[in-house]
Amino acid sequence: MIQPANPDLVTVNIDGREIAVPKGTNVIEASRKLSIDIPHYCYHEKLSVAGNCRMCLIEMGMPAVDPATKAPIIDEATGKQKINWIPKPVIGCGTNVSPGMHIRTTTPMVKDARESVMEFLLVNHPLDCPICDQAGECKLQEQATGYGRGYSRYIEEKNVKPKRSVLGPHVTLDDERCILCSRCIRFSREIAKDDVLGFTDRGSYSTLTCFPGRELANNYSLNTVDICPVGALTSTDFRFKMRVWFLKQTNSICTESSVGTNTVVWSREGVIYRITPRQNDGVNDTWMTDSGRMLYKQVLAPERLKSAAVRGAAASAEDALRAAAELLRASEAGSIAIVGSGRSSVEEQFLTRKLAEALGGAPVSLVSRVGEGDGLLLSADRNPNLRGALVTGLIQSLPPVTASLAALGAAIDAGKVKTVISIGEDLTAAEAGLSAEQLAKVSLITLGTHASATSAAAAVVLPTLTVFEKSGTFVNQQFRIQKFAKAVPGPEGVGDDLATLSALIAAAKAGASASEADTPAAAASAASCDVHAVWATLAAEVPALGTMTYKTIPDDGLLLDGTPYAALPFAEGEALHYKPACAAETAAAPEGAESRAKAPAAA
Amino acid sequence: MNLKPETLQRIDEVITHYPVKRSATLPLLHLIQEDIGYLPSGTAEWVAAKLEIEPINVHGVITFYPMFRQKPIGRRHIRVCRTLSCALNGGYKVCDKLKEEFNTELGEISPDGEVTIEFVECLASCGSGPVLMVDDELHERVDVDKARQIAAQIRAESAARGPAPAAASPAAAAASA
Repeated sequence: MIQPANPDLVTVNIDGREIAVPKGTNVIEASRKLSIDIPHYCYHEKLSVAGNCRMCLIEMGMPAVDPATKAPIIDEATGKQKINWIPKPVIGCGTNVSPGMHIRTTTPMVKDARESVMEFLLVNHPLDCPICDQAGECKLQEQATGYGRGYSRYIEEKNVKPKRSVLGPHVTLDDERCILCSRCIRFSREIAKDDVLGFTDRGSYSTLTCFPGRELANNYSLNTVDICPVGALTSTDFRFKMRVWFLKQTNSICTESSVGTNTVVWSREGVIYRITPRQNDGVNDTWMTDSGRMLYKQVLAPERLKSAAVRGAAASAEDALRAAAELLRASEAGSIAIVGSGRSSVEEQFLTRKLAEALGGAPVSLVSRVGEGDGLLLSADRNPNLRGALVTGLIQSLPPVTASLAALGAAIDAGKVKTVISIGEDLTAAEAGLSAEQLAKVSLITLGTHASATSAAAAVVLPTLTVFEKSGTFVNQQFRIQKFAKAVPGPEGVGDDLATLSALIAAAKAGASASEADTPAAAASAASCDVHAVWATLAAEVPALGTMTYKTIPDDGLLLDGTPYAALPFAEGEALHYKPACAAETAAAPEGAESRAKAPAAA
Repeated sequence: MNLKPETLQRIDEVITHYPVKRSATLPLLHLIQEDIGYLPSGTAEWVAAKLEIEPINVHGVITFYPMFRQKPIGRRHIRVCRTLSCALNGGYKVCDKLKEEFNTELGEISPDGEVTIEFVECLASCGSGPVLMVDDELHERVDVDKARQIAAQIRAESAARGPAPAAASPAAAAASA
């Protein structure tokens, strides 16, 4: 495709290839667009440029012009404009492109520079790769292979520094491995706004330290572990647990809040070992919260529901579904209520809506879950998929923020509601607000991942899967639909959520037509209820999702039109890559956002 | 931080010299050390609050420069040059003599609370080595004899000032300069 001439684009020549890049791009980023790798440690695209590791040295030249006439000087041998090469290498991260700039990344000078820098970096670096957690994803290790000498000329004693300083609740520091790139310091200062890390002492005694008496305790501390190019900062949780090359990576979405942080789930043989952020420049950049990383622990939590139950006694999934069908059939029309969930996936919410329709328009309530937003990647709305419930038509308005189920409670007290289907919610939790007495008054069918007061009081318990054990989509606060994939298999005896919901729908339909439906599970055959099959009906029935299928949603999500819901009082405040709709209207050009965007550049 | 009123005044004044407050970190640390004789714990927090930055940024500066002391020193600060010209001319012997005279080790406070001796890098008087400085006063061409004289003079001045109080106040060190 021919690009229209853009005044903001600058054409540069890298290793003989020309590329047009936006003004202000540095040489590392411009080269990346040509798939030319310039090794670097201290440079990080989301942080300010420090230029202290010197690994990204490249050769740079500018087209020669006559100083007097400004006329180009032509090299007679080639007939092209002569290039004046700077006699010494320059750093790629701190060099921004300018028109006609020439870059060489493969010359002997560059090779020598990289080798020398590597040699200096390795002077005091311990050779503990065999016991180092970073091994396998260590930039120093990779580049020592690529640019190192292969043997050491160093015969002096290496530095001895603290080997296992506890920096905070999540991070452990091995100072000997630190190459003093200062990424963690800049992250703490610029992104987490918790400036507690710094270098003390000087020269080869320089040591990364937390200010005495303070600790790296903010909810973003584990990002320093991610961006540490070596094994200096390690996750206390993941340390010494597993070699990274054994782990399978699965794309997922964080369920902590409506931000919908893109994540990678690292698992081996069905066990999750860690969660790390996945870059999405429209959502979470390269960051995520510490609290979100710990959510994988719910998978193996002792209170996990691993088997279906009927009136407190363990039962097979078939028996439990049959009991549920029996309950639905026995309930008179209009006496059934459904509690849906903002934690369910879009597909589950769609099936919940179908279930309500199959039950003759049973009323659906949702539990609001509002906490305090941190203005970065933890939003006030702790439901990952509240907007999905709006988009799929499960609800028309937002649930009340306090005592979300008060209306349902009143209906139970009045004797109007006799059967409640709860899908993934603990109805007695503070934000839901039903009392134990109210639960005792109804026949309760509950779907859930973990035991709670609700599952204890339920007539039928159907266990479900956590986000790591199934595939689906969430709609985040920006109305961006994002998909997550199954990372590990669910516990034995726990059926697929979509199959369970489909079985309930089949039972409800059978009950409505007053015919026999002894095997509701069989009615919803496995083929008709996987995520792709649900999407076929979903796309047909939900206009907002009509243009896509589960397969065609890209890895970084797809923005839906949120304007139909712009008037709703969403709980979220302004945060990274998110501005509340109402605020955006009142202040077309908010100064705060602009000055914040400029701040990193100025620093 | 127990600073003299005039130090506080100078601190407030020196901050105005810079376009950003952070730049006053070094001058402030110098002023505090001049007043108290060293930088007591809590200095980083105090300076950081004064300059509206985080304590770790001040802590990094304090530990970067060896001229900033985090422990008290004796009433007089003796710095003996250890660099090449002085070393060739007997700087090491001078240093050893002073240690012997005051019965102390490098970096420690002598038992009488009188001096702290440091063996430092170049004092920028290479033509007249060995050199040493007693507080801000430079002594050139110091040999073992002259070192003994300097030590005697320090002790004489100390005696003239009267017997040292039981708990020697290091804060007086800077004032005696």
